[in-house]
Amino acid sequence: MIVAERKPIEEIKGFLAGHKRILVLGCGTCVTVCLAGGEREVATLASVLRLSGNQVEENTIERQCDAEFFASIKDLASSCDAILSMACGVGVQMVANVFGDMPVYPALNTMFCGTNDGAGQWSENCLACGDCKLGIFGGVCPVTRCSKSLLNGPCGGSVNGKCEVDPENIECGWQLIYDRLKTLGKLDVLAENAQPRDFSQTHDGGPRKLSREDVAQL
Amino acid sequence: MKSGSNLEKVLEAGEFAVTAELGPPKSADLDLIKKKAEILSGWVDAVNITDNQTAIVRVSSIATGKLALDLGLEPIIQMTCRDRNRLSIQSDILGAYLLGIRNILCLTGDHQCFGNHPTAKHVFDLDSIQLIQMVKNMRDEKVFASGEEIKNSKKAEVKEPRMFIGAAANPFADPFEFRVIRLEKKINAGTDFIQTQCIYEMDRFAEWMRQVCDRGLHKKCKILAGVTPLKSAGMARYMRDQVAGVTVPSYYIERLAKADDPKAEGIEIVTEQIQQLRKIEGVAGVHIMAIEWEQKVPEIVQKAGLKREA
Repeated sequence: MIVAERKPIEEIKGFLAGHKRILVLGCGTCVTVCLAGGEREVATLASVLRLSGNQVEENTIERQCDAEFFASIKDLASSCDAILSMACGVGVQMVANVFGDMPVYPALNTMFCGTNDGAGQWSENCLACGDCKLGIFGGVCPVTRCSKSLLNGPCGGSVNGKCEVDPENIECGWQLIYDRLKTLGKLDVLAENAQPRDFSQTHDGGPRKLSREDVAQL
Repeated sequence: MKSGSNLEKVLEAGEFAVTAELGPPKSADLDLIKKKAEILSGWVDAVNITDNQTAIVRVSSIATGKLALDLGLEPIIQMTCRDRNRLSIQSDILGAYLLGIRNILCLTGDHQCFGNHPTAKHVFDLDSIQLIQMVKNMRDEKVFASGEEIKNSKKAEVKEPRMFIGAAANPFADPFEFRVIRLEKKINAGTDFIQTQCIYEMDRFAEWMRQVCDRGLHKKCKILAGVTPLKSAGMARYMRDQVAGVTVPSYYIERLAKADDPKAEGIEIVTEQIQQLRKIEGVAGVHIMAIEWEQKVPEIVQKAGLKREA
């Protein structure tokens, strides 16, 4: 899922100066699951803003990344003079797109694509590089899990399974890859030199688009 | 000869090579570069010029390398993947070659979080192994990373940069069993010589060298063993506790703690280490990393009995 966390309240209040009536808009998908921008977080933020004197409406739609889910809130939105989106950055931009003449502000910082590792813990696991190599590396992503995205790791900074960048919190992705491939009896894979990556398939090639004719024809 | 560098000649002749390190200053201080170069000149076969070492901005390794060359000292320019993409690295290699630089050490590079610009974006377009392969392809296949020939136009002559290619190895990082495989990957990519991380645990290093020799890797590239003289017990503890992949046995720390003159004791220890290293099969030379202590290199070289002229 896309993992996000709420911005500091002062930063959010800073956006809202001069606005009379605000719609706090939650999203029912990823940010609901990671407890950053679902119905409950919308209610909490709306209460805080009311206490500081703002007139606040609240609503949560199924998904802010898809235009078709906005129909139900059109009237509510037009009764406000700004929208505070509690979605990820994708949702915020869709709100701006759908409500072309209304100011929209982000209430969250979008962090990463990651896993839930237990109560209040999330980890980054995918950089959406567009060229998945998990099949080679035993199901552990070197692009994401190595601090330097090395394809021929580990570097000299791997000690006791930890990454030197933050030995308390970051596991060495290459130790994980090594351990997995050892378990799978596939250590020979690591003897091969991985070639330089094709960054034209990533954001370095420009904002990516995906067109699928099979879906378009349905 | 691949590059014709002095270091290549020494190693090919089977002489025990001596390299040292010259850290460029963190300011536009020409005098400091001259001072360090003058100290080392005549005592070593080549000197590594570090590349924004530990992610701290310093005078560029190529510029410092050119200055060292003009002062009679053969440079090995270090090149990290942290600060440059493949375009920039190839452009710098062409430029370095034209300035007379013939040795390059290909490194991944320390993470920027350790340096003085922790908010910077890192690059790592390539990793050290891919960098080695690229420099080798430039030299031997005469092509850029894209596969394009190294010539200025269709009709122009091919003019490739011919570098003697080095890489680093850390026998002490984890996973230990993978360290020799990683060395082999660097050799397969085309490295001509290896300089190791500084060695204190001689037994563990000897075990690693045994693995290296068992695979015949010492015959495919020259291995220079890294040493760093310790100035005090405090420095030894710092190296042990703060530098990833470095272990310092307690007997060295005790020796330094008890010594009346810890610096002299540190020189004594490194001299002993060099003599031990010379006896290990497959060790083709020594790389003396005297961190901000370049002035001691001549003394170490003399005391260790490495034949050099003053």
